[in-house]
Parts: sequence; C-alpha cells; structure tokens
Amino acid sequence: MGIHDRLIEDVGLRRGVSRLTPEKIEKTVNAVLKNETGARLKVYSETCMRCGMCATACHYAQSHPDDPSYTPAGKVRQTLDVLLDKGGKVEPDFIYGMAQLAYTECNLCRRCVHYCPIGIDTGYIMTVIRRICHKLGVTPQYIQDTAHSHSATFNQMWVKDDEWADTLQWQEEEAREEFPNMRIPLDKEGADIYYSVIAPEPKFRTQLIYQAAAIMHAAGVDWTMPAEPGWDNSDMCMFTGDFEMMGRLKRRHFESAQKLKVKRIVMGECGHAFRSIYDVGNRWDGWMWHPIPVVHSIEFFWELMRDGKIKLAKKYPGPVTVHDPCNVVRGRGLHEKLRELVRFLIDGDIVEMASHGEHNICCTAGGGVINCGPPFKNVRVAGSKSKAEELKATGVKTIVAPCHNCHGGLEDTVHAYHLGMEIKFLGDIIYECMEKPEA
Amino acid sequence: MNTIYEFVTGPLAWLTWTAFFAGCAWRLASMYKLAKSKDTSSIAFMSWKYSLRSIAHWVTPFATLGWRKNPALTVATFLFHVLIFAVPIFLTAHVMLWDQFFGISFPAIPDPIGDYLTIVVIALCVFFAVRRLQDPNVRYITKKADWIALAIVFAPFMTGFLAFRQILDYDTMIILHILAGEIMLVAIPWTRLSHMVFAVFTRSYMGSEFGGVRHARDW
Repeated sequence: MGIHDRLIEDVGLRRGVSRLTPEKIEKTVNAVLKNETGARLKVYSETCMRCGMCATACHYAQSHPDDPSYTPAGKVRQTLDVLLDKGGKVEPDFIYGMAQLAYTECNLCRRCVHYCPIGIDTGYIMTVIRRICHKLGVTPQYIQDTAHSHSATFNQMWVKDDEWADTLQWQEEEAREEFPNMRIPLDKEGADIYYSVIAPEPKFRTQLIYQAAAIMHAAGVDWTMPAEPGWDNSDMCMFTGDFEMMGRLKRRHFESAQKLKVKRIVMGECGHAFRSIYDVGNRWDGWMWHPIPVVHSIEFFWELMRDGKIKLAKKYPGPVTVHDPCNVVRGRGLHEKLRELVRFLIDGDIVEMASHGEHNICCTAGGGVINCGPPFKNVRVAGSKSKAEELKATGVKTIVAPCHNCHGGLEDTVHAYHLGMEIKFLGDIIYECMEKPEA
Repeated sequence: MNTIYEFVTGPLAWLTWTAFFAGCAWRLASMYKLAKSKDTSSIAFMSWKYSLRSIAHWVTPFATLGWRKNPALTVATFLFHVLIFAVPIFLTAHVMLWDQFFGISFPAIPDPIGDYLTIVVIALCVFFAVRRLQDPNVRYITKKADWIALAIVFAPFMTGFLAFRQILDYDTMIILHILAGEIMLVAIPWTRLSHMVFAVFTRSYMGSEFGGVRHARDW
C-alpha cells in the first residue's frame, strides 16, 4: 500500500529520474535539508506522535477511506521519513514516487492544520519535498512547462509581450458596444488600483478581463493595468519548488506596480497567486509584508458593495453554495466577506456545505495539482469524491467559487460525479446583475 | 538490595534530575539557535496574543475540529496527560520524597485513589497500544520510536502499580520502578517525548501565522 503501487507514467518525472544517480540524490537531499530547512522541519519530524488524528482531515484520505497512504502523516511517512531515516541514500525509483506523491496527492491546502494538536504543517513538509524534487530535476512535465514559461516570459502561458497589450485592447474594443466610454487604462501612473490577473485570463478566459473592466468602469474606479511583463500575478514556480524563480516573479510584479506609483494592487479571482504574493513569494524576497498593499478581488468587490459603488439591476437567482478557496480563506480569512458579498448579490439562501469557512474541503485542483496535467487528472478527480458528496448534499444548482484553480477542479468534479451544477466567479455574477447605465 | 536502593534514590536520582534539566535546556537552546539561523522568516511572525489564543483552544477538550472528530482519542489524550503529571507528583509516597529530598511539602492523593488512577494510566497505555495495532491509519505511520516512547511512559506506572500491590518481589520492583522513572526523565529531551518541551513552540508558531497573517482559525 503506497505511492509505489500507483505510479503514473509522466514524461517529466521519467526523464528527470533517468538522469539521477544515488550519489546525486544523497548530495541534493542533504544540501536542501541542511541549508534550507531548520528547527521547524526538525521539530515537526521529531515530535509528530503518529496519533493519526490528521487522517480524516485530508480529502484524498476521505475519498480513499481504506488506504492510509493518502493520509497527511501517511504521506510524510512515505517521503520525508524515508529521506531522514536513510540519510538521503535512496534510489532514483524512490524519487519518482516521492515526486508523484508530493506534486499530485497533496494540494497544500493545510486542512490538516485543524486536526494536529502539536501544530505540524504537513503542507510545509510537502513543499520541502517538492523543493528537493525541483533541485533533482524531477517535476511533472505540464507544471514544469508553466514554470519554464514563467522563466522565459514572466507569465505562465507563454503570452508574448505584444499579445498581452493586444488582448487588452481587443477586450476594450469588444466592450465598446456595451460601454461606449470604457477604457482599459494601460500604464496609468498614480492610479488608485493596479489590477493584476493570471496568464490564463488573456490566454483563454478573456471574458474575465472584460467583466473586470466592466465592473471597474461601472463603479467609476481609477485603475490601470501594466503594459509590460509583471502583469501576471500567478506563480507555478512556488509549487514546483523553484523558489529562485518565484522570487524573481514576485519582485517583477511588485516593481511593476511600484513603477506606476499606484496606491494598491487588486488581484483577480485567483487563490494561489494570492498565496504567492501574500505570504510566500514576498517572504522569499525579504519583505515581511508587501511594498504596496495587496487585496484580493473578494475584498475589493466587498468594498465596492459597502460603498454603494455597485448597483444591481437584478439579483442572481439562488439558492447557491459557496466554495471557500483555501488560499484566501484558510490563507487570508476572507470567508465572511465572501458570504456578505454573495448575500448582497443573490436572491435566495446560501446553503453551506458540511465543511465550510476555514474548515473547507479543497477543490483538489490547488497547490499546482491541476497544473500537473492530464496524466494525473483521474487521481485528482478520485480524490475529490468527498468534495463531490458535500456539494451534492447541498441540493443547490450553483456554486460560487472565487478562484480559477477551484473552477477547473470543480468543473471536473461536477462532471465526473454527475452533479449538474454551474460554477460562477463573483465577477460573472456582478457583471450579469449590475446596472449598465450606458447599455 | 539496600545499597542499590540507596544508589538509585541517591546519586542516580540527582544525576537524573540534572540530565533531565540539562537535556531540556540544551535541546531548547540549540533548537532556538538553529531557528535563529534558518527559520527567521517564521520567527518574525511570532505573536504572544495569537500563540496564547491557539494554545487555549488546543488545551480545551473538543474545542478544535481535530478533537471533535476524534472523541475517544480526545478523552484518552487529555486524561492521560493530566494523570501522568498529577499521579507522580501527588502520590503519597512521592510527596514524602519531595519533602525528604527537596524540602517541599504539599497535600497528597490518598493511596487507594492513587492506586486507582495508576490503573487508569496503565489502561490508557494499553488503549494507545491497541489503537496503534488496530487502526490502519495509525499502524501505517507507526515507527519504532513511537513504541519506545509509549514503553518509556508505561514502565514506571506498571512497576509502581506492581510495587504498591506487592504482587511480585517488592524490593526488586521498587528499584525497577525508580529506574523506570529515571529513564523516563532522562529520555524526555531525546525521544518523541520531547514534544513536552517543543509542542508549545510549534503550536505557538501555527497560532501566530494563522492569527496574525492569515486571519483564520487554526483550530
């Protein structure tokens, strides 16, 4: 029972492992453990009492109730425990399984935190494992491709510099019919808001940019988007373990906003990008907080609602259920504002899932898992069985989910478990329901 | 026999207490030094307020999601931890030792109750052991170190019980009991039992990150 009984063929993992030697592994493992980890990892591994309380925390374990190798402590036992026990003297084949486990069977969602009396952060331990895998060059091909894109273009989707500006102008032009005076202001110095998105938006979800621009326009916000690289706030390097590149990405993003002398950054409806900017990438760059304030869309839309800047022509028909993205709820406590905003937008009730707020169950796409691509899709969907059951039990037809990755994951879950539910961004609902005076 | 008894309650006992305190101090100091050099981005976020908030929740039975989802283990864990401190400290025979060696005196638990509570501790050790063997999730993650930790705690209570009841040879048993207690004290800083000194810090760190940065509950 364990990861080595369920290996999945992946070009990136296979090629990476083929280049390894036991000597190289030992050297790299010990270099990371010695130079990049300290008391935190040491105490976690020494004082985990193997009580098994975390077992039922994890949606993977809930979805595979008879297989302890999916539990948080079970994952640590198959990875870090072995490396420590053997002093890094493991075979290349072991690294294959370790990488598959760390990249595709843990969403770094930190739900297990609510279960551990000692306060062990299994997400952190899995991040250390990923870091070792990255340094060994053993990463799943799909997510590594996005990391390469980050390195080459400073965005996740190989969007070229001219394509970016073109896409924004295209959306601006599209919107002219509906909003004759709407602009997507590029590089406007001193704007109140610097709006940043993830690269999949210009690549294949341009309607999200359209909607955001429409909302900014209708609310009369003084905003801008940068014309140069730095506009993409996403960060797959954080998830592959390429922290050097993560640091460069965050620096570029912050500096792009600083150059425009904006008052603050508003981020689109994304979870992982918020994690990267809010308490991971910024720390790598040596910032305890942020050189300029950062708010997530949930909070920004909530402010617009509070200040009466969004006026609704109608309410969205409910009831709905609310999916809490880990990175902005367990990572930033935005669940109450999210619900206040949803109540403002919908006609009907919020029907909560059994696990909600900070205790939410992850969409099973987060932590870079969905980005590992098609080879691992079935594992991911199987791991979301417990999420599917909670969704089904609500009996509603609409899920509000303010995060791109959650959308991707929930779409697959809804499809695979025949839930027949629609998934909405906040921007979708606001755009659909707001007053459009010029229209 | 008397010479051995004199030795384990005399020089060896003083050595044990020294090793216990020195061991704990050394581990704490060296871990702090390591944290200062490698975990500065964690230390920077430590907060008294959120540390205490987190600790308060986790020392309250059923106040956290994890405790609520594991009711049997919760009752066992709280009872166990209270008793493994209370029984050795407040047992009549031990209260006399506190007075004899340290010159401090305080009320004791009456013997019959102490005897009963010792049985409870032994039963809880058996519960933990059976759980380790029976629950697949726990069995899968159990290592030798977990059995060693359990055995180290079990031994002084078991031998103490046998000595008090005079079930086997009392003189031998009381010496074994004292030795087992001494082994436990010396082992605390160097085994899984080190969570006695470290858990307050891991808990505080998690509380600080969740309270001060993530604005979310960690319970």
